[in-house]
Amino acid sequence: MQGYLSLLKIKRLPTTWCPGCGNGLVIKALIQVMESNNLNKKNTVIVSGIGCVGRTTGYLKLDSIHTLHGRAIPVAEGIKTANPKLNVFVVSGDGDLLAIGGNHLLHASRRKTNIKVICVNNRIYGMTGGQASPATPKKTVTTTTPKGNEFEEINTQAIVTSNKNFFARSTVFHLDHLKKMIKKSLENKDFSFIEVISNCYPGYGKKLGFTSNYEMLMDFKKKFENQKNKSILKKNELGFLK
Amino acid sequence: MKQKKQLIKGNHAIGKAAIEAGCNFYAGYPITPQNELTEYMAKHMRLNKRPFVQAESEVSAINMVFGAGAGDARAMTSSSSPGVSLKQEGISYIAGAELPCVIVNMVRGGPGLGNIAGAQSDYFQSTRGGGHGDYRLIVFGPNSVQELYDFTMKAFDYADKYRMPVMILGDGYLGQMMESYIPHKYEPIKNLPKKKWALTGCKGRKKNIVKTLYLTPENALEEHNLKLNEKYKKIQKEIQMYEKANADDGEIIVVSYGTASRVVKNVIEFFNKNSKKKIGMFRPISLWPFPATALRNLKCKKFLVVEMSMGQMIEDVKLALFGKKDVTVNLIKRPGGMIPTEDEIKDKIEKMIG
Ligand SMILES: Cc1ncc(C[n+]2csc(CCOP(=O)(O)OP(=O)(O)O)c2C)c(N)n1
Ligand code: SF4
Ligand SMILES: [Mg+2]
Repeated sequence: MQGYLSLLKIKRLPTTWCPGCGNGLVIKALIQVMESNNLNKKNTVIVSGIGCVGRTTGYLKLDSIHTLHGRAIPVAEGIKTANPKLNVFVVSGDGDLLAIGGNHLLHASRRKTNIKVICVNNRIYGMTGGQASPATPKKTVTTTTPKGNEFEEINTQAIVTSNKNFFARSTVFHLDHLKKMIKKSLENKDFSFIEVISNCYPGYGKKLGFTSNYEMLMDFKKKFENQKNKSILKKNELGFLK
Repeated sequence: MKQKKQLIKGNHAIGKAAIEAGCNFYAGYPITPQNELTEYMAKHMRLNKRPFVQAESEVSAINMVFGAGAGDARAMTSSSSPGVSLKQEGISYIAGAELPCVIVNMVRGGPGLGNIAGAQSDYFQSTRGGGHGDYRLIVFGPNSVQELYDFTMKAFDYADKYRMPVMILGDGYLGQMMESYIPHKYEPIKNLPKKKWALTGCKGRKKNIVKTLYLTPENALEEHNLKLNEKYKKIQKEIQMYEKANADDGEIIVVSYGTASRVVKNVIEFFNKNSKKKIGMFRPISLWPFPATALRNLKCKKFLVVEMSMGQMIEDVKLALFGKKDVTVNLIKRPGGMIPTEDEIKDKIEKMIG
């Protein structure tokens, strides 16, 4: 089994995250890919926005920048454009990247800047206590949608692929698959977006009737299957488009 | 019938007051420590069949309020410091276009992401306008849950009366605390003007135009600024709110607002009981307009300003006292979400007494 301690700030553990939160699994997958692909302190910078998953930058032994809520992408573009030799990752949440940061997503993907955006989509604003995000499914009860969310989920796949960029979907349960997707994104030389479906039991799962983060992971195992069609990912499918 | 005391959370008290005062448009975006207000509005606006929007950002929320206010809505948005920074461009336009709206800022520590504890570090931003251009907001600095409730109601009236944004400048502590308050009926100020300028469809009347661009003639914008300034001067005459105790004969006057003034109040009571020295307090409630005349009229020579920032209101205190002979102004500053303790205020007062 591969380790993942090389780039982890052990001294900062335990994390501030809830037990069983998917964020830790994303860190694990990311570090393992970095190790195997020779991404290291010398050549890699990590950027995050604000949210639970935004704290990721604080746990990695890499140059990192904790930016504004919603602005991780333009900050990452600044880093990459000024210093093209660097590998630049963005790790942030669905609320951060798709709501307040949505406009930047449109334009970074239009500019096709070579940054790797890992969007940890727990379908909710975890940090602020379970408000609806643009990725919250219709009808879901949240603290700001007490009668159920009236709106459809945002179609991130369509936004990213409309400019022929790399789009992948994985989950925090399917760690090997997730690592494969991150590796694939590294082969791509322009804008890449990886949606990682994650679990937030206190903010989201609880209201849906789950009893733990673990149960939510088991649900991902049941619910998701590999993509059947190379040109589109259905809601319950894992894979990539390019 | 006299209403009984009830227990309520600060953020909820604001929401309740807004709904009772006829708020019929709310747009917000989650941010700690004001989430309970957005969540309250999500529930209660719907129960009252009024629109609630969770916007995709604070920028979007303030501009929705711009639009709603340009119609004839009583519109409100709320946030905390980083989110209120984002709203500033919109606030500048709303002030320039002379539209009413209510903005709540439950301040947290800054700069940047800072922390989520209550702070008073947005005093400059709030009382100087905050965004670009020459403009002002009416700013209230309540210090209890009761006042959050009372001033939210008043804020809607003043916004309509003067056609400008009114801000409730609270902080994370006030928003999060539960305290007793006495609910009361909303009673609007008399003779609120009709909104003849509102964009409600112009059938049967001349069209209304909402704008902030003044290009020609050359002095058009200057004229507009002067006109706004006339309004601000009028407001400075009409709104001067403060609370004082032992202020007319106090040897030292402690000046503070909001959460900091709650600590100061205890200190004043302590000296009342335990000391022959008379220590007074002065608490601005309207932060803009700042109650400068009332402060200046005090006979006292020694002032102590207590703030949960590096010292921002102290500039208004010094301006108010400017040119008075032999006056000293000291400062206790606790930035970054810290609350000054009674002991440190007492120590400072003892030292000032000498
Ligand atoms: C300008 C601004 N607005 C709002 C916030 C409050 N805020 C912090 S995290 C967050 C949502 C995060 O949600 P998401 O990106 O989905 O991350 P998660 O917590 O779910 O991992 C919000 C609204 C902020 N910090 N700054
Ligand atoms: S609130 Fe949700 S997203 Fe945040 S740490 Fe807990 S489980 Fe993770
Ligand atoms: Mg999220």
